[in-house]
Amino acid sequence: MAKRRIAYYLMTIPALVLFFAFHTFPAIQGIYYSFTNWDGFNTAFDFVGFKNYVNLFKDENVLNSYLFTFKYAIVVTILINVLSLLIALGLNSKIKFKNFFRGVYFLPNILSVLIVGFIFNYIFANVLPVFGEKIGSAFLSENILGKENWAWIGIVFVGVWQGIAFNTILYLAGLQTISKDLYEASSLDGASRWREFWSITFPLLASFFTINMVLAMKGALMVFDQIVALTGGGPGRATQSISLLIYNGGFQGGEFAYQSANAVIYFIVIIVISALQLKFLQKREMDM
Amino acid sequence: MRKSTNWPITTLIALGSLLILFPLYLTVSIALKNPEEMARSIFALPTGLHFENFANAIAATDFFTAFKNSALVTVISVLFILLTNSMVSYAIARNMNKRFFKGLYFYFISAMFIPFQIIMLPVVKQTTAFNMNNIVGLIILYVVYGLAFNVFVYVGYIRSIPYELEEAATVDGATTWGTFWRIIFPLLAPINATIGILSCLSSWNDFLLPLVLLGGPESYTLPLVQYVFQGQFSTDFNLAFASYLLALLPMVIVYLFAQKWIINGITQGAIK
Repeated sequence: MAKRRIAYYLMTIPALVLFFAFHTFPAIQGIYYSFTNWDGFNTAFDFVGFKNYVNLFKDENVLNSYLFTFKYAIVVTILINVLSLLIALGLNSKIKFKNFFRGVYFLPNILSVLIVGFIFNYIFANVLPVFGEKIGSAFLSENILGKENWAWIGIVFVGVWQGIAFNTILYLAGLQTISKDLYEASSLDGASRWREFWSITFPLLASFFTINMVLAMKGALMVFDQIVALTGGGPGRATQSISLLIYNGGFQGGEFAYQSANAVIYFIVIIVISALQLKFLQKREMDM
Repeated sequence: MRKSTNWPITTLIALGSLLILFPLYLTVSIALKNPEEMARSIFALPTGLHFENFANAIAATDFFTAFKNSALVTVISVLFILLTNSMVSYAIARNMNKRFFKGLYFYFISAMFIPFQIIMLPVVKQTTAFNMNNIVGLIILYVVYGLAFNVFVYVGYIRSIPYELEEAATVDGATTWGTFWRIIFPLLAPINATIGILSCLSSWNDFLLPLVLLGGPESYTLPLVQYVFQGQFSTDFNLAFASYLLALLPMVIVYLFAQKWIINGITQGAIK
């Protein structure tokens, strides 16, 4: 039995060591640096306590990046969930070429976010304006990514375009767990489609709704690739997400310690939002 | 019941799918056009097939090096993820009553909630110091970081495998290693497929980790090459789109052949 125990330890300890070295240790270092004034290049730095954290709350750039990221994440999460639920319902009903459409709707999920972003960058800059001129819309004839107030809409569009794929497949899987008998019974009772959806489909999808909301929100809060490909954070700083700010400031801006503090706050924000979502949405599951 | 085809919904679904297919159509058609054709109409089908766009894109981006890098990173990290992450999970799943392994389980899965940004800055310093700012380092990090999610999925699955199978093997004199490799690992085939597909997609398409980690162009992966390339040749759209298409194509081809498999794999991974 001792041999058996040793084997189990040999199976796990190397992984534990590596995981600690490359994940936990850097995380602890990041937290440590957040209390210093290290720029990332010099050898000398001082311990400054909570100064970085205090400054973060006074930094307009940081506050704006949080505002932008929240705005983006909330809109994207809602749109993705509403649209992918509708698409999943459509794909689950009696339609022609079901497998073909299922394949098409899932396709965006396998594509690189960055390259999809580049393609849409071109569409917003060159294709949409041509279309806008044709229909005589002054608004559409300009690149929306170049407008401070509208650039975020473009990023939302791409985020939703790509994000729908994954959630649709999850909702579709959820719909297949619902027994057909329920619908037969309800149609015998004369329930309308609308009533069926709210009384049967939606309640029984509750756990899938929870997963999808949490995953979509978490993904959206971490938005990075799309922004690099579409606007680079601009115009000005209008679409600078938190991830992008940490990357730019930390690697190029000499703000290693300061952005480490930002990353710690960001981590807490993600944890709190995920936990609140889970608590709120799971309560709904149990009320059924 | 509702047995006949629902045409209104079929129409809506078809219209919606155009929104997905249109950007892809544009990508293919722009990649095949030349600037004059573009000037005439962006939307029209290409009149001639300008494959020289692809030849130029391959030369300009050093496509084959990047392709080789991406393929190496993806194949090796998926392979190691399947072999090691499943083994770690096996040891954890069979010892959940012991404090060490139970702690290990929660330690790994709690890392799922840590955003990469919090470790990003220090890990780059660290990997540079260890001379790991290359493909080897990238593979190691993918394999190690995979544990957070994969342990969660594997442990759930392994615990559903009856213990009697292993007891029988022990009676026949198999060691723990032998039991794992000969009995458990083959039984993991369906979940290995899921984990393999998910890891394959995430390492092939990943941009942020290669961006911060990789030192020189000789180790760049496909998404990273597109990023560098975009900065240099942003005006020649035909060339750029040929290059995007080349970078997207390998996964699309795999998807066309293994679509059903991929969709089922993803579904199972996410529902766990």
